[in-house]
Amino acid sequence: MSVVLLVFRVGEVPGVTLYESAVNEDTVPPAVACRGLRKVYDGKHGMFRKPSPPVVAVDGLDLTIRRGECFGLLGPNGSGKTTTVEMIEGLLAPTSGEVELLGQRWNGDADKLRERVGVALQETHLPEKLTVEELLTLFRSFYARPRPLKDLLAEVELGEKAGAWVGKLSGGQRQRLAIACAMVGRPEVLFLDEPTTGLDPQSRRQIWGLVAAYRAGGGTVVLTTHYMEEAERLCDRVAIVDHGKLVRVGTPTELIATLPGDHVIELELDKNGGAGITGDELRGLRAVAEVHLSAEGTWSLAVSEPEHAVAALLALVERKGISLARLATRKASLEDVFVALTGRHLRDG
Amino acid sequence: MAEMNGRRPHPIAQLTLMRLREIGREPGVLFWAFGFPVVLSLALGIAFRVRGPDPVVVGALPGVSAEIRHSLEAAKVTVRDLDAAMASRELRGGQINLLLVPPAGAGQALGYRFDPARAEARTARATVNAILQRAAGQTEPQAVIDDEVHEPGSRYIDFLIPGLIAMNLMSGSMWGVAWVIVHMRTRKLLKRLLAAPMKRRHLMYSLGLARLVVIPLELIVILVFSRIFFSVQVAGSYLALVAVAFAGSASFAAIAIAVASRAQNTETVSGLMNLIMMPMFITSGVFFASSNFPEVTQPFIRALPLTAMCDGLRAVMIDGVGLVGVLPSLAVLALWGVPAFVLGLRYFRWN
Repeated sequence: MSVVLLVFRVGEVPGVTLYESAVNEDTVPPAVACRGLRKVYDGKHGMFRKPSPPVVAVDGLDLTIRRGECFGLLGPNGSGKTTTVEMIEGLLAPTSGEVELLGQRWNGDADKLRERVGVALQETHLPEKLTVEELLTLFRSFYARPRPLKDLLAEVELGEKAGAWVGKLSGGQRQRLAIACAMVGRPEVLFLDEPTTGLDPQSRRQIWGLVAAYRAGGGTVVLTTHYMEEAERLCDRVAIVDHGKLVRVGTPTELIATLPGDHVIELELDKNGGAGITGDELRGLRAVAEVHLSAEGTWSLAVSEPEHAVAALLALVERKGISLARLATRKASLEDVFVALTGRHLRDG
Repeated sequence: MAEMNGRRPHPIAQLTLMRLREIGREPGVLFWAFGFPVVLSLALGIAFRVRGPDPVVVGALPGVSAEIRHSLEAAKVTVRDLDAAMASRELRGGQINLLLVPPAGAGQALGYRFDPARAEARTARATVNAILQRAAGQTEPQAVIDDEVHEPGSRYIDFLIPGLIAMNLMSGSMWGVAWVIVHMRTRKLLKRLLAAPMKRRHLMYSLGLARLVVIPLELIVILVFSRIFFSVQVAGSYLALVAVAFAGSASFAAIAIAVASRAQNTETVSGLMNLIMMPMFITSGVFFASSNFPEVTQPFIRALPLTAMCDGLRAVMIDGVGLVGVLPSLAVLALWGVPAFVLGLRYFRWN
């Protein structure tokens, strides 16, 4: 897939630096602060089934999200990302722990706080028999200072679809409409839960563009995703979440730098290729820092100097008379960070 | 319009419009709200329309005298000549209600063969016997006058239409509130609206307001239809009629909120609604008078909200009472609606 994208890293947008320089970190509370956030769902009881034990969806999460940054929660399905953001959004009550959003708690003036944040849930089914314009007008009616309809339609490129029923929109158009609904009230913090899941590459890029434009105005973005590419491209900082716990937080560059090597060599052996290869043999090669064998039979080698590692690997292959089905080298990604930290792939769920 | 005035659209107006647009743009909803009650009343109205008395058909075995035949035929009784085998078959099948058996000999009695368990057979026996005795010279010592009732207000259709209106308003409120709420909940629309600074009560008001717009239309459609096709009249005050209709709808909307307050999927809420509505369809006197049920059940049946609405509407449409006359019905409806609303909101699950 071509990854020559129109989207630029948000740090390069001039508006952001302007905004950040205006914020005094000491007096302005962070966009989000969570302490010991925990959510336990009761087990199911029933007359005709075995009672299931309680499920710990979020397990003691501490998190600070700064103003003006784009913060990503990266993790596989079921890792607790959605539960976490819905607790921050005040839509779910935490079992224990504290949430502060823009320095406020949800038990205070919730309506006032809602005015200041925008939310796009994971897969909301917006009313299908309403037109785009009617739906946006409905959402505009909830806010004290809504953005003009025309601006919203132009921003999400749905001007031509203003009179179309929501049910007739494509997946990408619907997602842009959901984001428009979230941006109606000029939010200071925008929450996007899996904003591009299931979308084609072009729709995905359009949504990335929307996020970048919103950030250029100084807004804070909190997004969840299980696409490492999306997290690398959009997020200033990423939290890797697994089993309801925060495994690590940092900029994508920092996280990748924690890997033993900044490149990855992947190889698959030909199934009929005769002799096998052992992890120790691979680990002994020059510049190879770490070796991992996936369930599908792909070896991943974390390497610091790919040119030397490849040469050493090919020599080993030659010596043992092994035939390779695939050999590839690439830069290490957040996916590799996730695998290194959890031993699983993001898409394994 | 609000846009042109530069004013912010009002959330209650917008939420109500959302509901009305969904109703108006869904052909299925329109049919169940407006078409179905009309079709039902048409079908039942025709099935139970006022007809002349059924013609009396009797069979005659060979040997029944010509005079007897003439007397009966003169009185519009159909007499069919049948042999013994045929006669007993038709008697069993109900094609004839009575079989005339000729006297066994001179001076013997004419026989009536019939099944006394069948009402038509007993009627046929009485009718035939009266004709024959009069023809034979009997006179009626007690003078009587037949006073037949045909005027509007006392027919089955007059009884049925208020019942159908009540039933329709009940289903409309239950489905239009409970199902809609649960549908919004399962599609996460409820959660999405809550994530905006929407006042929760505004959503509840809007569901009620949308019903308020639809109720008069439902009333007008069925009242106009039954007036044109069956000459069904409203004897009492329209104000009282509207009061009962609105109070009933509001009461059922409140019950609907209670029913929908915890339900997590549309299957659960459909089941719950049927559980609540089905016994009332049967006992509350929509299709036949609830007094047919045993005496011990009457206090319970009287206390049901659908009974109150049926009774109230019938009191207005048939008995011609005004606002004061429907106060008992309104009281029963309020006794159901107010607690249901309070409890429903108290336990409402928004997420």
